[in-house]
Amino acid sequence: MADTEKKSLADRLGLKVHSGVGNAGWGRTLFAGVISFVYFFPVLWIILTAFKTHNDALAIPPKFIFTPTLENFVSVFSRAYSAGAVAQDTGFALYFFNSVFIAGTSVFLALAIGTLAAFGFSRYPLRGNDTYLFIILTTRMLPAIVVIIPIFLMFRVAGLSGTYIGVILLYTAFNLPFTVWMMKSFFDELSPDVEDAARIDGSSDRRVFFKICLPQVKAGLAATAVFGLILTWNEFLFALLLTGVDTRTVPVAMAQTIGGDIGVRWGLLAAIETLFLIPVIVVTFILQNHLLRGVTFGTVKR
Amino acid sequence: MMKVWVVYPLRVAFASVPAALIVSALAITFLPPSVSFWVSGAVSAFSAFLFVAYAWGRHAGGLLVAPAIALLFCMNIFPLLWSFGLSFFHYRANRLAPPRFAGLHYYEKVLSDPVVWDRLQVTAKMVVLTVSLQMVIGFLLAMLFAKQFPLRRVLLILVLTPMMLSFVAVGAFFRYYYEPTFGLVSQAVRVFTGEPYVLLQSAAGATAGIVFADAWMWSPFVMLLVLAGLVSVPKYLYEAASIDRISHWRRFWSITFPYVRSLLMLALLFRTIEAFKLFDVVFLLTEGGPGTSTETIAVYVYRVSFQYFKTSESAALAYILLFTVIVLTNLYLYFANKRNRT
Repeated sequence: MADTEKKSLADRLGLKVHSGVGNAGWGRTLFAGVISFVYFFPVLWIILTAFKTHNDALAIPPKFIFTPTLENFVSVFSRAYSAGAVAQDTGFALYFFNSVFIAGTSVFLALAIGTLAAFGFSRYPLRGNDTYLFIILTTRMLPAIVVIIPIFLMFRVAGLSGTYIGVILLYTAFNLPFTVWMMKSFFDELSPDVEDAARIDGSSDRRVFFKICLPQVKAGLAATAVFGLILTWNEFLFALLLTGVDTRTVPVAMAQTIGGDIGVRWGLLAAIETLFLIPVIVVTFILQNHLLRGVTFGTVKR
Repeated sequence: MMKVWVVYPLRVAFASVPAALIVSALAITFLPPSVSFWVSGAVSAFSAFLFVAYAWGRHAGGLLVAPAIALLFCMNIFPLLWSFGLSFFHYRANRLAPPRFAGLHYYEKVLSDPVVWDRLQVTAKMVVLTVSLQMVIGFLLAMLFAKQFPLRRVLLILVLTPMMLSFVAVGAFFRYYYEPTFGLVSQAVRVFTGEPYVLLQSAAGATAGIVFADAWMWSPFVMLLVLAGLVSVPKYLYEAASIDRISHWRRFWSITFPYVRSLLMLALLFRTIEAFKLFDVVFLLTEGGPGTSTETIAVYVYRVSFQYFKTSESAALAYILLFTVIVLTNLYLYFANKRNRT
């Protein structure tokens, strides 16, 4: 086909099409760069503070140019609690491990259970399907504070508070609604033809699920896992009330590092947050294209 | 011939209910609480499982869905029902006294309590301010990022970072920025006025501080949604518009905006629901102060249940909160479905 035929009327008339989308040059980069920098500034300041000494962090006027130090990162993991005392292990290595372990396990469980459920909801819809889905969504929309009282009581009675199992089960339930909705939206999109063909050829339901459907939603699985991770990673209220000394996650430990206003070691706090932020940023960068779908429970597709 | 699946599980499911009740009653009477809890939990989960399996009948679907439903039942629905029960009893979580029946006492108390209405007003004010600020900033950011330009991906990540921060860090560091002597805000103001600027000590200042921190954190979310709307506008509409020489203003209102509108509604509802639950940032930034001027309803419920240990009252309060959220969720689903249909 000739190229001219593909051109739109507007192009052939030589009119300039003003639309919200399209290409813009380096001028836009400069403008967006300035705006992004202003927007990013509070985060940048946290990262800068992580490399400052205590005096630099409290300097008046604020210091933009300073000699960077790694002292804060060292004292995240081991520091002396009073002047002259021997440096002690702060347990942050354990807290980081807890965060990774709890978030990882609960996301994995939620993914395993939720994907099955999503497949069920998507392929075997029955009367009341929407009601079940609605109930599932509502549990995610609940203010955490509503369920936390009975969960607190329940965990105390069952001896679950302060254990890994308790927190992991809770976070799994916390991630489930999101996983189900998101995976359902991925399963709904698959073409039924391939499945039908496989069924006609005599494949069992299980085979259809594992060999045909699951490979097609790999990207969805990855995106769901990552959003679950981000949600669980930063969760604070449940962790505050339900984790014990050994199972504490980083946000709780961070909150306990704060204390008063003047006495706060801002550099230290900044170092914790900087370390804590790295995995999330990396993962977000890789999955940027799935981001929108994730934050809206799969209801909006790009 | 009737299929076995059709009759058999339902009868079993119904039979399992009294069996479950008897087993849990026996367990509660004869076993220590930490064991009986598990016994009755397992039995009721099993019973729920049977019903769900039946609901999907002959399909394997029931078995697929059942584990998810069972877990949600144990971790969400069951606690929810428990707290609903508690709201009708006199009970305090830090006392050993057994619960006494109270009827609607706590609902009456909560609904006629001026403190609650005051906290609701604070919350409403906060929700309106923060959500509208987020909508405006998010929309402007989306307009900025709608076009392709060099380094767009990298800059987009910079803007999205606030959303990925933990609440604790946002709360703590905004306190650091607002600090009167060495905080950045105060120092920036001092360059112009010569006086340190104390933000969090007045009610209006504290509200502004929280609203600003929250809006900063969540505007990128609105931006993502609006961006999706802007990208979905078909190009030929813009071409037609330029052929007809329509003004920029009119083009925005009659082409761009209708495509973004439903997503904007979605963002609005999502953020309203979340803002209604605003807890972490307030708790870490001002702890509700000065006085109680920034104490949102979520913070108040937290105080009532975990500082004053008025468990029943907080349960009743939580239910009123829940009702509001369910109404909002319904609205959300309505709009989500409407969008998927078009």
